[in-house]
Amino acid sequence: MTKKYAYFPGCSLEKMARSYHESAMETTRALDVELEEIEDWNCCGATTYFNIDELLANTLCARNLAIAEQAKLDVVAPCSGCYKNMHSARKHLKHEPDLMDHINVALAEDDLRFTGTSEVRHLLDVLVRDVGLDEVKKRVRRPLTGLKVAPYYGCQILRPRKDHEDVESPRFFEDLMSAIGADPVEYRLKLRCCGGALLITNREAALSLVRNLLENAVQSGAALIATACPLCQVNLECYQKQVNSEFGTDLNVPVLYFTQLVGLALGIPAGKLGIGSELVSVTPALASAGNGGGGR
Amino acid sequence: MTTQTMEKKLDFIGEINNLLYASTSNPLSSCIQCGTCSGTCPVAAGGFMSHTPRRIISMIRANRKDETLRANTYWYCASCYQCTVRCPRGIDIAELMYALKRYSIWKTEYGKDLIGPTFSETFVQTIMKSGRSYEPVLATTYLFSFGFQDMLQEAATATGLMLKGRMPLLPPRIKRLENFKRMVRKIVPVEEK
Repeated sequence: MTKKYAYFPGCSLEKMARSYHESAMETTRALDVELEEIEDWNCCGATTYFNIDELLANTLCARNLAIAEQAKLDVVAPCSGCYKNMHSARKHLKHEPDLMDHINVALAEDDLRFTGTSEVRHLLDVLVRDVGLDEVKKRVRRPLTGLKVAPYYGCQILRPRKDHEDVESPRFFEDLMSAIGADPVEYRLKLRCCGGALLITNREAALSLVRNLLENAVQSGAALIATACPLCQVNLECYQKQVNSEFGTDLNVPVLYFTQLVGLALGIPAGKLGIGSELVSVTPALASAGNGGGGR
Repeated sequence: MTTQTMEKKLDFIGEINNLLYASTSNPLSSCIQCGTCSGTCPVAAGGFMSHTPRRIISMIRANRKDETLRANTYWYCASCYQCTVRCPRGIDIAELMYALKRYSIWKTEYGKDLIGPTFSETFVQTIMKSGRSYEPVLATTYLFSFGFQDMLQEAATATGLMLKGRMPLLPPRIKRLENFKRMVRKIVPVEEK
């Protein structure tokens, strides 16, 4: 049976992380998950909005959630930042009826009303828990056998704690990688921050965080890093050259979205998964796994 | 007849505790200064912060407002929430950092070498105008504060992304933008510039 969700792509997936959007759509379709894009969604506020005004930040999230509520669907976000913002806003507003009323006065300007009925989920969690690892495994056509992949959780998919999940030693990302036949490597910094927006506001600090992460993954045997967040992907991949020139390192490790890897294993051609838009080529790593993706 | 007077004005820790209203944090007075936050913070570990998170909390409790406002700590917080999930006293330290960012913007007393405040304000203005974020506009807020070499590197990265079709050329905007702007004005009742 097809499972249906309200899909919140978020600003990054419009362009910078287009491949995440493309691979999310292809992969979910192949797994009988229907993602219906939230009509006329707005920015979730990113990490930046809360620096300025909390009430406005919560209003931005509430608007998206209210649109999803009209469709009577739970919300799925592929970006960890959007996921965390909307999840926290929902929890907070449900807890504070006065604030919810206040925000609803504003939402009425767009003929909307937030009540908190739609849950907020991360796309990775939907694949792991709603589709299920057994189901994913069953549908694998081209297992990524031998591909040493470092599953990178990053921060906001786990933190702050959303429910009762394990925030210290989660395994769900590793389990998903194993389900598609890949070989997840163990490395110390899998939950460590990529620097997030510090790449802009404190470049020196962020580049050093990126360096530590990449070196730790590579030294632990990773041929590829898998991410579940567009900001992590951009920081870890697109800033590798800058890390190399800053620290004299020689890093050259590809970084793909988990949806691209799952898609490849399901037999979806690489071109349809947005593979080829990387700044660090994935071809050698995928070839080593005997999975070139079957062309475009 | 005695004259009723208002309660005396809040001290610094009271002001900051109030700003944490929206989070489920315990008050800062419950901090035991164990240093788990500082030990777990990836940015503090790299030595990039003027004061560690533990020290910021002790400064707030000691009513050292000026010193707190001069610190770069909260502007260098990446919002990774590692401190929040590990604090044994249940203080939401990452939310405290957000609260301090807002506080320092109101006071406009942040360090002038910081990129964070201007970047944040431009980000919000971009969203107010179009409903969505647009990287090229944001870049103008920080590129000029970069050194020459850093700026060249940043331009090279941007060019690489553009060649791969990953840079937006036109700013996106939502369809019901007029409704959206009216919604925003219900929260912040000021006219647009």
